[in-house]
Amino acid sequence: MAVRTFIEAIREGMADEMRRDPSVVVLGEDVGRKGGVFLATDGLWAEFGDERVIDTPLTESQIIGTSVGAALNGLRPIAEIQFADFIFPAFNQIVSEAARMRYRTAGGAAVPMVIRAPYGGGVHGALYHSQSVEAFFTHVPGIKTVIPATPYDAKGLLRSAIRDDDPVLFLEHKKLYRSVRGEVPDGEYTVPLGQAVVRRPGRRLTVVAYGLMVHYALEAAERVAAEGIDCEVVDLRTLRPLDRATLLASVRKTGKCLVAYEDNKFGGYGAEIAAIVAEEAFDYLDGPVSRIAGPDTPAMPYNLALEEWFMLSPGKIADAIRKLAAY
Amino acid sequence: MTVTGRDSGWASGGGGSRGSLAAPHGLADADLLAMYRIMALARALDERMWVLNRSGRAPFVISGQGHEGAQVGIAWPLRRDHDWVAPFYRSIATCLVVGMTPRDLMLAQFARASDPGSGGRQMPGHYGHPAHHVVSVSSPVATQILHATGIALAARIRGLDQVAMAIMGEGSSNQGDVHEALNFAAIHRLPFVFVVENNGYAISVPAERELSVRDVAQRAAGYGIPGVVVDGTDVLACYAASREAVARARRGDGPSLIEAKVTRLTGHSSDDQQTKYRSASDLAEGRTRDPLPIFRAQLRDAGVLDEITELELDGEIAVAVDDATAFAEAEPDPDPATGTDHVFADPLAGEAPPPWHPSRAREAG
Repeated sequence: MAVRTFIEAIREGMADEMRRDPSVVVLGEDVGRKGGVFLATDGLWAEFGDERVIDTPLTESQIIGTSVGAALNGLRPIAEIQFADFIFPAFNQIVSEAARMRYRTAGGAAVPMVIRAPYGGGVHGALYHSQSVEAFFTHVPGIKTVIPATPYDAKGLLRSAIRDDDPVLFLEHKKLYRSVRGEVPDGEYTVPLGQAVVRRPGRRLTVVAYGLMVHYALEAAERVAAEGIDCEVVDLRTLRPLDRATLLASVRKTGKCLVAYEDNKFGGYGAEIAAIVAEEAFDYLDGPVSRIAGPDTPAMPYNLALEEWFMLSPGKIADAIRKLAAY
Repeated sequence: MTVTGRDSGWASGGGGSRGSLAAPHGLADADLLAMYRIMALARALDERMWVLNRSGRAPFVISGQGHEGAQVGIAWPLRRDHDWVAPFYRSIATCLVVGMTPRDLMLAQFARASDPGSGGRQMPGHYGHPAHHVVSVSSPVATQILHATGIALAARIRGLDQVAMAIMGEGSSNQGDVHEALNFAAIHRLPFVFVVENNGYAISVPAERELSVRDVAQRAAGYGIPGVVVDGTDVLACYAASREAVARARRGDGPSLIEAKVTRLTGHSSDDQQTKYRSASDLAEGRTRDPLPIFRAQLRDAGVLDEITELELDGEIAVAVDDATAFAEAEPDPDPATGTDHVFADPLAGEAPPPWHPSRAREAG
């Protein structure tokens, strides 16, 4: 198996699917000759040409709306939103159109498309290059949301997302792009949507995370292990559809649940996880379902001291684990 | 921008024009009768929907009355079940032209389970029909123009020789999606036609308060594409403009904008009272621009429509409207048990509570 960075795995996932299926096209800002501002699409334009790798104007609503139409007429578009922070001009097209088309036609029409967007902070991205946007979309039935944490999952989940017959929002933590490497099989493989994975088995407490927070949670778990706190870390991988069985099996076993998410706390995706655990595993709980998340500011500030104040870290998660473990 | 209409179209009136209506457009008299029939059918269906609303049998109606001439003329050059149309909530006659039936429209009006567009999920007037390539209409206006650009893009990439047409009112044409769509379609010379049915009002706001220019078509210049204004009471002028735009799109010369000046004969919807914001003289003037009697008179003048044919058509339409109404009203409502069907292609099995849910465990124990 080859070792790949996170972004190389994403690039290979797209290239492999474009070779396999001529209906897969890529469109977005700077995705062509430049290969994307993060180089996620680097080389695709050279291999597949103008027809299948389309540089768009700076028009996010158009990127998504055109993809919806292209999907209605037989293509499988991969729409890149340059930064997740810029997705909001396309919110109406995603929520009112892409996510609702199958439902409002009672199954008569479908929109198989992937929306890729780099999200997340800790990269000096400030208010508009750092946001976590998953909660806006996981609220919406009709669109799936995927957030991989490893190169293996990034490629395998992206291939599944491209082959899926429904719209999939594929969020990539930009801090993982070049900081995380991992083994990726050379041959064809997929990771199915809707399956969480236990990254670290443990008995005392469950930490639920996704994206960059999986890595921080694993590091935090190592730190507290030295103190005798044996944590299990669940990587959700797909936020919707949610793998309730893996989540609830873990909490039932450990009796304690900490949800770690980078987004601001109030109404974040972790709030839904906490509510589900409270509803479905109440009899097994040995402590309050807890959340550690970002502060409730409108976005992540730029200055490094402020950014570090906003961002979760292995240390902050370790502290939250200690507090819950001691309950 | 060019302006076409009756004044610049054909000679009308008098015996001398007999038989000259259809030929200059490459049409036969039978085509003109078929066009007239759909206009009259759309009107009769629309009027029946209002009767159903006012008699408490349908909670909501949104109307195409006054738009039918433009709709029939403009949709006529499309290849049925091949080209695509992304319509709006007044597109009743457009939907009939491209193949939807009176029963289809009434099933949507009554929101029955067998409504082919949405299975009773959409509001009336929000038509759709996958087999006839009618894109499902939504209510946040103008989103459909971007879908049409995507359909056109896919058609070209797949080599399908299709044209995509998006239709909306002048009120909707102010949305940002319209700018984004026209810019993208023009850059890529997509096989796309943008149609604006300008009835002068966005619900209550008159055109001079919603448009900075007299004609939406003037905006075409900003994208380097042709923009034409046609008289929406002039069915054949609408047809001619559309035929040219569709042909241009199909041969790869890019998009066009057609603005049809139409009249809105009803309130915005069954929940609107337009006498509150329109003067009596404005309303009276609007009624003089009803395309149905105007086209009827043209066909009579040209000898295309005689009294017997007209009576036969009226009778046939009355039967079709009665049939569609009775049929749709008798159809079953959707079963609430199907309410979560078609959220995704497959049900989300993983989202169901696992079998060891405590309440279930207690029941089992």
